[in-house]
Amino acid sequence: MLTYIVRRLFVLLATLVVASAAIFLVLEVLPGDPALVILGTEARDDTLAALRAQMGLDRPALVRYLAWIGGLATGVTGISHTYAVPISQLIGERLAVTLPLALISLALSTAIAVPLGMFAATRRGRPGDYGVMGFSQVGMAIPNFWFAILSILVFAVALGWFPAAGFPGWDAGPGPALWALVLPAFSLALPEAAILARVTRTAVLETLGADYVRTARAKGLAERRVLWGHVLRNALVPMTTILGLQFAFLLAGSIVVENVFALPGLGRLIFQAVSQRDLVVVRDVVLLLVAAVVIVNFLVDLAYTAVDPRASKPGHGRAG
Amino acid sequence: MNKLLSGAALAAAMVSSMLLGTAAYAQSKDTLTLGMTLEPPHLDPTAGAAAAIDEVVYANLFEGLTRIDENGVVRPQLAESWTVSGDGLSYSFNLKRGVTFHDGSAFDASDVVFSFDRARAADSVNAQKQLFAAIDKVEAVDPHTVRIILSRPEGGLLFNLGWGDAVIVAPETAHANKSQPVGTGPFAFVRWVKGDRVELKARDAAQPIQTVTFRFVPDPSAQIAALKAGDLDAVSNLNAPEAVIAFQADANFEVAVGSTEGETIIAMNNARPPFDDIRVRRAIAHAIDRKAIIDGAMFGFGTPIGTHFAPHNPAYVELTGTYPHDPDKARALLAEAGQSNLKLTLKLPPPTYARRGGEIIAAQLKAVGIEAEITPVEWAQWLEQVFRGTDYDLTIVSHTEPFDIGIYARDKYYFNYDSSTLKAVMARLNETGDPDARRALVGQVQKIITDDSVNVYLFQLAKLGVWRKGLEGMWRNSPVQANDVTGVRWK
Repeated sequence: MLTYIVRRLFVLLATLVVASAAIFLVLEVLPGDPALVILGTEARDDTLAALRAQMGLDRPALVRYLAWIGGLATGVTGISHTYAVPISQLIGERLAVTLPLALISLALSTAIAVPLGMFAATRRGRPGDYGVMGFSQVGMAIPNFWFAILSILVFAVALGWFPAAGFPGWDAGPGPALWALVLPAFSLALPEAAILARVTRTAVLETLGADYVRTARAKGLAERRVLWGHVLRNALVPMTTILGLQFAFLLAGSIVVENVFALPGLGRLIFQAVSQRDLVVVRDVVLLLVAAVVIVNFLVDLAYTAVDPRASKPGHGRAG
Repeated sequence: MNKLLSGAALAAAMVSSMLLGTAAYAQSKDTLTLGMTLEPPHLDPTAGAAAAIDEVVYANLFEGLTRIDENGVVRPQLAESWTVSGDGLSYSFNLKRGVTFHDGSAFDASDVVFSFDRARAADSVNAQKQLFAAIDKVEAVDPHTVRIILSRPEGGLLFNLGWGDAVIVAPETAHANKSQPVGTGPFAFVRWVKGDRVELKARDAAQPIQTVTFRFVPDPSAQIAALKAGDLDAVSNLNAPEAVIAFQADANFEVAVGSTEGETIIAMNNARPPFDDIRVRRAIAHAIDRKAIIDGAMFGFGTPIGTHFAPHNPAYVELTGTYPHDPDKARALLAEAGQSNLKLTLKLPPPTYARRGGEIIAAQLKAVGIEAEITPVEWAQWLEQVFRGTDYDLTIVSHTEPFDIGIYARDKYYFNYDSSTLKAVMARLNETGDPDARRALVGQVQKIITDDSVNVYLFQLAKLGVWRKGLEGMWRNSPVQANDVTGVRWK
């Protein structure tokens, strides 16, 4: 088990190094001069040169790459070209919005999807099943930005229950801040819940036919205990896989949803930073997102071994 | 079922009327929340071209020697009055007394000298450094008098000094203005919640608006929802012309359709074949139907222009009839130039006018046998490839700088126009101070560029302001990119 973890950690680190090089290279060849974006159409050559020197863009690419990686390794991030504050501070402020948003969405989608999926599985081929599958189909088909706009129109404009856009900040108290995250979290959670409900149903159906379920039933266990104790636990492996993948989708989806709701999160930051060519911010945020996805996958792999100890042994695939 | 529904509707109506009631009460207070599409990258107007910077700080937080008012007229600001020497080479400014910066330090002539020397310095990162190009020397005669010596006459100096890029900053605080701006304006900086809002507070208790919040809402439909929900009091320029009609019908809102300095044009790469042939440029002008573009892309908002000049300016010359929409004429001109089956690229930057207008323009060009391949580009790409690199055939862009017809006299400007006739007239204009003579020369310049069909002149961008009823003093026009709230109040 320990060697397994160490091996996985090593792979994780190597992935990050490769990713950092890839990110740097892509941003190098990205058209659009950051100094030109800042100074605009009336910029003169001498002003552009002065700004490039001020931003350190006149140094060779390799020097800049090594400075970046060296800085990260020692825990020092650069200064944002546009906002003129340390990037770590920017990311910290933005994470305070995006991380709660992603976690609430994840919790919401799980809370909606797991009971629905199990409900559908136990009523296979009956109206309840069709109802859940219908919901799932619609939920997957609705783009989250559209659902976001729709929910703003209904719950913010017509009913006035929630703010239409923006984020009061955590210093305004947890109540208003969480309240501002409700609609965005639902918009993010809906499509994820739709997919997860479908996966749950299939996984539960598969395990329902297994021998040990028949045995559990035969020894007289109540149906509820069979379902939650035996079936769900075994159905957890495919569900955790999907949940792990969904975390990456949640981070990506937050770019769209944060723009619709004008939330000052990580997604909005990266969107702005790309269009303003604040590349030092872009590379740090992208690397952070890569790290988040890689680490979540690592944790999901660890979770498999908790759910199914055979997974850590060689010769066993993920889904056991 | 019906009963239940109407019951729910009633409850909803009651809730919303209660909320509207509280919103109406809030309006009699002294706060203002203004929605903007783009967040400023930072708050120093002397170190960046982003319009969003001026849209927060201009006139509110920072002041210059002069300022430009809602109608584009130059007014005194930190300079109370001025005199100009007979040869037009020496300007003497009498400064306002008793002015302090937000940090409490006094404003005097040394701050003016510092600000202009900083903007003109070799390592200056001022995006509009050319505004100061004619300045030879700035000197403090006494603490309340500044003299500016020019190396050549500059008829537009007083206007130039009214730009956001020419505001007066203090030597002690200038380095930190990006995140902690300190100016002399009626509003002082309070906080900037990055990605969400900037808050300013009035220095004088008599100011009708005491707290101004600029909220950054990128998505137009989110801006509309936030206006309707009462989260925003005003959006000074709504980026969704299609929604303006709905607001015009809404009794809770006032819509102001005003003018901007944005001449929207189809720029042509004059140096690149086939645009080096004037017949091709004129053919394209004849192929374009302005009205169809204004109606189709801008929902009718926008004033047709026939040259690179703002119609609301007294010196504007009406030239929209020079190249009437005439596909047959366009085809004939193309045949005369020996062009058939032309294949061109049309690069479109992100704004609505370009992306929506581009599709209509491509269809209109197709009707005269020109195949225009649409390529959407980001601003950063547009600046590098089209503007600096002049690697394009056609592009659509709005020139938003005030009085920017001088770009036609520049060498190697992105549309690569080179006319010695025009340069001679422009040179005379720069040396002329008399208003009537200036107006005649500006008219001449407009006629020359239209006659040469340098670009296709489409329309003047409209400013579509939407705000709650009862808000007074908002700018209807935007001669400079600004949200001047110093004269705004709730009725």
